[in-house]
Amino acid sequence: MSISTVEREDAEAVLSAPAMLEVKDLVVRYGHGRKAASAPAAVDGVSLTIRPGETVGLVGESGSGKSTIGKAILGLQKVSGGSISFQGSDITHAGSSRRQELGGELRAVFQDPNSSLNPRKTIGASLAEPLRVRGVSAAEARTRSEDMLERVGLPREAVDRYPSQFSGGQRQRISVARALICEPKLVVCDEAVSALDLSTQAQVLNLLADLRDERGLSYLFIAHDISVVQFLAQRVVVLYRGQVMEEGPAAAVTENPKHPFTQALVAASPVPRPAEQAERRKLRESLGVRTAAAVAASAGGCPFSQRCPLATELCTAERPALRIVGQSDVACHFA
Amino acid sequence: MIPSIAPTAAPRKTALAKFSGHRLLTSPGGLAGTVWLAALVLASLTAPLWLPYKTEDQDFTAVLSGPSVVHWLGTDELGRDLLSRIFSSAAETLGTSLITAVVGVGLGTILAMAAAASFRAEGIISRITEIMMSLPGTVIMLAVIGAVGINIPLIMAILGVLISSGIYRVMLGQAKSLQSQLYVDAAKVDGVGPLGIGLRHVLPGLANTIVVQSALIFAVGMLIQAGLAFIGFGPPLPKPSWGGMIQSASQHVYDAPWLMVPTGAVLALTVLSANAIGNALGKAPNATASHLPSAAIRRKRAADAAASAAAAPAGDNLPAAGQLSVRGLSVGVDGGTPLVTDVTFDVAPGTVLGLVGESGCGKTMTALSLLGLLPSGVSVSAGQILWNGKNLASATEKDLEGIRGRDIALISQEPMRALDPMFTVGYQLTAAVRRLGRAGKAEARAEALSLLEKVGIVDARRILRSYPHQISGGMAQRVAIALALSGKPRLLVADEPTTALDVTVQAEILSLLRSLVKDTGMSVVMVTHDLGVVADICDNVAVMYAGQVVESGRTASILDNPRHPYTLALLAADPHANTAHDMPERLATIKGQVPQPKDWPAGCRFAARCQFAGSACTIPVPLLPSGSEDGEVRCVKADELAVEGLEWVATDVPTHRVLEIVEKDMA
Repeated sequence: MSISTVEREDAEAVLSAPAMLEVKDLVVRYGHGRKAASAPAAVDGVSLTIRPGETVGLVGESGSGKSTIGKAILGLQKVSGGSISFQGSDITHAGSSRRQELGGELRAVFQDPNSSLNPRKTIGASLAEPLRVRGVSAAEARTRSEDMLERVGLPREAVDRYPSQFSGGQRQRISVARALICEPKLVVCDEAVSALDLSTQAQVLNLLADLRDERGLSYLFIAHDISVVQFLAQRVVVLYRGQVMEEGPAAAVTENPKHPFTQALVAASPVPRPAEQAERRKLRESLGVRTAAAVAASAGGCPFSQRCPLATELCTAERPALRIVGQSDVACHFA
Repeated sequence: MIPSIAPTAAPRKTALAKFSGHRLLTSPGGLAGTVWLAALVLASLTAPLWLPYKTEDQDFTAVLSGPSVVHWLGTDELGRDLLSRIFSSAAETLGTSLITAVVGVGLGTILAMAAAASFRAEGIISRITEIMMSLPGTVIMLAVIGAVGINIPLIMAILGVLISSGIYRVMLGQAKSLQSQLYVDAAKVDGVGPLGIGLRHVLPGLANTIVVQSALIFAVGMLIQAGLAFIGFGPPLPKPSWGGMIQSASQHVYDAPWLMVPTGAVLALTVLSANAIGNALGKAPNATASHLPSAAIRRKRAADAAASAAAAPAGDNLPAAGQLSVRGLSVGVDGGTPLVTDVTFDVAPGTVLGLVGESGCGKTMTALSLLGLLPSGVSVSAGQILWNGKNLASATEKDLEGIRGRDIALISQEPMRALDPMFTVGYQLTAAVRRLGRAGKAEARAEALSLLEKVGIVDARRILRSYPHQISGGMAQRVAIALALSGKPRLLVADEPTTALDVTVQAEILSLLRSLVKDTGMSVVMVTHDLGVVADICDNVAVMYAGQVVESGRTASILDNPRHPYTLALLAADPHANTAHDMPERLATIKGQVPQPKDWPAGCRFAARCQFAGSACTIPVPLLPSGSEDGEVRCVKADELAVEGLEWVATDVPTHRVLEIVEKDMA
């Protein structure tokens, strides 16, 4: 069986299946009480869907709200508006007991391998925690932890060691093991490889891809680096200042970007081939995207209008809705 | 199979209890304090067995006597034996003080943990503790004594409650920072409730502070208890108490001054012990860097190194002005492990050299040595850094001060580190211009403005008035570059200048650096791990691995036609090297990790991770011309690999796909 037919069949299966995760018109404002009501939205009306076995990449600059969306899905951030449903049930405001009931089907891998494991606990204790919360016996939790460590390429003896005894890449694998130990359906990876060196980044990316193929996992893969996202994701969502600018198949978004911001993002991502990079640089300079200004764009208009080379009065006055352009959905009046 | 990696061998950390116990017993003060407190409690609890007198026994033949054979510590005004009275009352004093410590620290910790877990709880608890802190403690305790009589345990417990609001303040910040750790988020995702998170993740992190605060509050409790007894609110007479004894001694200060000495000394010693224990436990585990030689030794070593380096001939082909030549540079921990060995490169004026490699390869150490800014305990151990006819490796600190900022400037990964949050951008920039350029105030201000415009800041006047926290990361990096340019440097050392920035901002900063190089003719040493950045801006590149340059030469020839397996592997592992259509199903990886300096082998340092390694790789490998332009490569198999055109392949095929591949091969 050739790989391409497998992919096509996979893609068809993915499209017809019901949603694993459905985020609708999500709004998040920081702050408490009255302060929150008047605060600008960190996430402003974002909708996205992840189907079973599908990896959706979420890219954007720092402050674009991509991590906030991940946190809202995981219940680590209060939601101000909209809804989040997981496998058909609403988890927008689910508390810790409700989350526990989800049976560990919704898990996370965080960015910083140095602080995502408690330095005072053994690897075994950290891995066992999600199992113990769900009433798995200590002995079984230990065996499963050892199995999982072996699966991510670490020795079984690592259960008795402390995080400080591992390198960054190894710790990130332990985080992956921790996320996958209770057989999740969806894993939110928040900048899961950004802190790693190239060779270890490749190891962790391969591992994530293997585990996905092996277990039919869905990922929400949040990253600032569009190349890393395109390795793993089938679909990419591009965010700017809390709003979706463009959404579509990974290849279409990265190779044929429609939104001026996505074009700028792709052109700014450097490739390690000098001649090609020189062309890319020329292309980027010819786009004429302006430097980000400190002042926020007018609330009613397109958030990118102040930097956009195409912007007109229409763009500052009216927020463009997502509409289909080619294979993607694009929020731009002129795409 | 994914390569299995043995964890780095580090001493196994023991449980927290053992950990602080170890700290306590290895510090002389802590050990002495523990011994004294333990002896006091033991002596006091066994007092009836060994004390020569009962506490109320009166010896009228020796009233207010000094130390004697019969009464070792003398007697009080009623002829009672001081030794007996001091020791028999010790256990109760210590015990009741412990109540204060337990109640105060316990309550404070619980409140802090509750407040850290919930925003609403924090508001309520903070208001309550503010009220508690504004209440007069002495008045409350006297009121309690008035209402329920002298009940020492109760009084000490109430003292604990009053103290707890202070402890809460101390603990709150720490508990909040623990609560915001990613592993707490991970536990929340696990479905661990707030109580579980508090007990399992926050409390262990507070343990150190809890122990230290307890020791200190214990001492405070003892003093306050003695103070209360002194003003007459001690245990009912004739029961002995330290405060009561000091009070009666104070009435005989003139006729029997000795009386004050034994009780005062025991009280002081005990308080001192508690504080010593607190200090010993509070010491951060890594606070004492005992492996580092003292400052004096380091200065002497530096002077020695300078002398020997100056004695060595500075090389016959002195580089031209503005040219940097690094020759055989080695950097190491003083008297120990090398971190960088035998690094050689040249940077011609107006060119950009990239130092590229993974973390732990020594590229930042190499860059910092160019400015004489190596961290303490690390120094240049061999080689030369030739700049304008001077060898910077042996230059004195005074020489370097003249060069840093003026000839050679630095920009770092964190732009905010270059900026002082207390002062405006304008103030910092004009100060730098005035210091480096000796310009007048108005002149300096104009110069600062033109520098900001030079680094592409449009509204320069507004930025000049801003404080660092008011500007974005990209803007801050531009300001940091402007700051570095204020001394009109000929060489800019840029340590991962764009790593912390968004790609769109990174592209702008790289364009800025490129135009600065073009316009001013300065040269740049760019430390980076990003091969795309190298492709974008560097003319030449030196690939570093485990403290060595493994390959160097023109950027185009190295990235398009890498000769060293490590360079080959880095490129194969980089997802940026592929577009969505030719994206491989698996990225190539390098098994294992960069070895620690102490584990460097004598032969090729990459051999253990190399797909092409053979028996020839166990002997030391020199850097040899690679044949393409002036490139050099450190690999015995470089020619062989070039001829065969080998590629670094993705080796770790997932287990579930091995069969598929085997089947394909069969067919």
